[in-house]
Amino acid sequence: MRDVAIIGTGLIKWGELWEKSLRDLAVEASLNCFKDAGINKVDTISIGCMLGGIFNGQEHLASLIPDYLGQKHVPAMRLESACASGGLAVRTAFLEVASGMADYALAVGVEKMTDVSGGEATYGLAAAADQDYEAFHGITFPGLYALMAKSHINRYGTTREQLADVAVKNHHNGALNSMAQFPFAITREQVLSSVMIADPLRLMDCSPITDGAAAVMLTTVENARKLKKHPVVVISGIGLASDTIAISQRRDICKLDAVEIAAQRALKMAGKTIKDINFAEVHDCFTISEIMVMEALGIVKPGQGGPATSAGLTALDGKFPINTSGGLKSKGHPVGATGVAQICEVVTQLRGTAGKRQLPNAKVGLTQNMGGSGGSCIIHIMEVKS
Amino acid sequence: MDVGIVGYGTQIPRYRIKVEEIAKVWGADAKSFKKGLNLNEKSVPAPDEDCATLAVNASRNALKRACINAMEIGAVYVGSESHPYAVKPTGTILAEALGICPYVHTADFEFACKAGTEAMFVALNLVKAGAMKYAIGVGSDTSQGAPGDALEYSAAAGAAAYVMGANNLVAELVDTHCFMTDTPDFWRREHASYPEHGGRFTGEPAYQKHVSGAVKAMLYKANMKPEDFNYIVFHQPNGKFPVREAFRLGFKEPQFKHGLLTPTLGNTYSGSSPLGLAATLDIAKPEELILLISYGSGAGSDAFIFKTTKRLPEVRDKAPLVRKQLDEYKMYLEYGTYAKFRRKILKPE
Repeated sequence: MRDVAIIGTGLIKWGELWEKSLRDLAVEASLNCFKDAGINKVDTISIGCMLGGIFNGQEHLASLIPDYLGQKHVPAMRLESACASGGLAVRTAFLEVASGMADYALAVGVEKMTDVSGGEATYGLAAAADQDYEAFHGITFPGLYALMAKSHINRYGTTREQLADVAVKNHHNGALNSMAQFPFAITREQVLSSVMIADPLRLMDCSPITDGAAAVMLTTVENARKLKKHPVVVISGIGLASDTIAISQRRDICKLDAVEIAAQRALKMAGKTIKDINFAEVHDCFTISEIMVMEALGIVKPGQGGPATSAGLTALDGKFPINTSGGLKSKGHPVGATGVAQICEVVTQLRGTAGKRQLPNAKVGLTQNMGGSGGSCIIHIMEVKS
Repeated sequence: MDVGIVGYGTQIPRYRIKVEEIAKVWGADAKSFKKGLNLNEKSVPAPDEDCATLAVNASRNALKRACINAMEIGAVYVGSESHPYAVKPTGTILAEALGICPYVHTADFEFACKAGTEAMFVALNLVKAGAMKYAIGVGSDTSQGAPGDALEYSAAAGAAAYVMGANNLVAELVDTHCFMTDTPDFWRREHASYPEHGGRFTGEPAYQKHVSGAVKAMLYKANMKPEDFNYIVFHQPNGKFPVREAFRLGFKEPQFKHGLLTPTLGNTYSGSSPLGLAATLDIAKPEELILLISYGSGAGSDAFIFKTTKRLPEVRDKAPLVRKQLDEYKMYLEYGTYAKFRRKILKPE
């Protein structure tokens, strides 16, 4: 396999983008990526999108996106693994370049979520759960994560305040990110007094409904060196894993096995341990998920995610910063775009261009993108290649 | 020719239901509705009240202040989204009840919550054109909110009527401006009992865009600044939107507090901003400037600048004040009675 580098990132300001359609979002982010890479033609396009069909009545993005991006006849495909669709698109682009099938590969993630009501959005997102044994019976994602949170609280003594501190920390970081949907700080008290959604999760524990897109451009390390535009950021490890779709079938409701296995695979491929990683972007679709992901990645021991968060381990100035972008909570969560945007943030940190949220020693970064309640997970490890 | 308001009058039903009472039935969080919408209770029409009866009472009160011969009214316009009939005018019922048929022009207006100021706009301009001595424009609604929907907490009933003319004015029209686009934020199809809406789409791209667009264009056209006005009155679908917009546009609380009725009245749709204007005329002194901004889904805003006259305090007490109708004689309903009054539950035939 050839070594693969990321030579371009493309983001747009996320939010309730009433004036922009699904295609507008994907095209804008992709054009920003083309500009950043200094490339205007690609050999392949992989598109991460979960709900184009349910939310927008639009399938067949493998035709739509190249068409509107001015890349007619380019091989293209749409990848779907619920909220991990974006990460999967990047992995696919990686395989295209690594295998020699393509020299320049674009991965774009997109989701247009505000064309439907809140109720319809919740129903659509529940398509990532087990339709026969979960969603059909009325449970939605806040409910599923609330069950996991309750179990975590009961077993490990994780507190309501520790959950709140995840949201507070991510909003602190998001306030420094001009692309974030909610770029403002919040307090622990605001989280604890926000509207109850599914006990113990309150509104401020939940990532929002977002319109957004993100794109990255991949090529060989050899090509990247010739461009001389940015520091060469390589993808040194990728891990993909699946787990049972229904949480009732899991080995342990307090553990995210897909995350743990995907991380082991990615670390093995990169020839590293978790101790070699400086920072991470993780899938905080709910505050409890960031805590459980920290534990599954091996950053802390099981049950220590909450106390470690409140102690500042994962803060911008902590020993292991997590979600410097603001995470899903503050930056927004356009499901298909999330995994790609996580990679954009890690690349930005590794290039040293993250502005006020720049980490001083960003050498090796990790992204963790998760589908559903942990039924699929994809991990990328990136580092600067001198 | 100087034209403006000769007389104004209002009607608010005496029944109320509290947000807590509705939230209790639906298992909703009353506190978050009250805080999120800045809304405590809403008016409810009695079983024998509808858009037409409210319009009649409001118009009779307007005529008391106008002190004119009603036979000189050349046009009767009623704006509502709850006209009693889909086909058959409300305007003729009103004109007949006022005793001014048959030599009169009537028309019904419909533009979601903006229909009231549309009726006022046309009445003003017909008088300005010299086509008639007086014209009456009314905003009247018994608005509908589907059971359990967010709208059920705010959809209320009330009416305000304005007799427009060219002399003996209580408020002179200084200028108007309009801001319209095709924006589907809220609608009700034929045969549907309750309207549908686009959730959060009704905020920023709908209410905010049109209200701020109309205010900014009006200020530019009139070469005026927010601080030039003594009062501003907004369309008020809830208590939150107008307050947020007022501050964004550079207005201060003393300017909007008198016209903000929604926290204890609810959203009276076509009657909303006209009732807010009436409450402001109830307390304004002569020679004061009022900016009125309506909003109707679909979507658009009408802006009016009025300047009060010396005649205003002279005729004010000839009819009930808005705060009296709003704060006195209230009777609170339980959800069951409310549901019966609003025909949400029906006896079998």
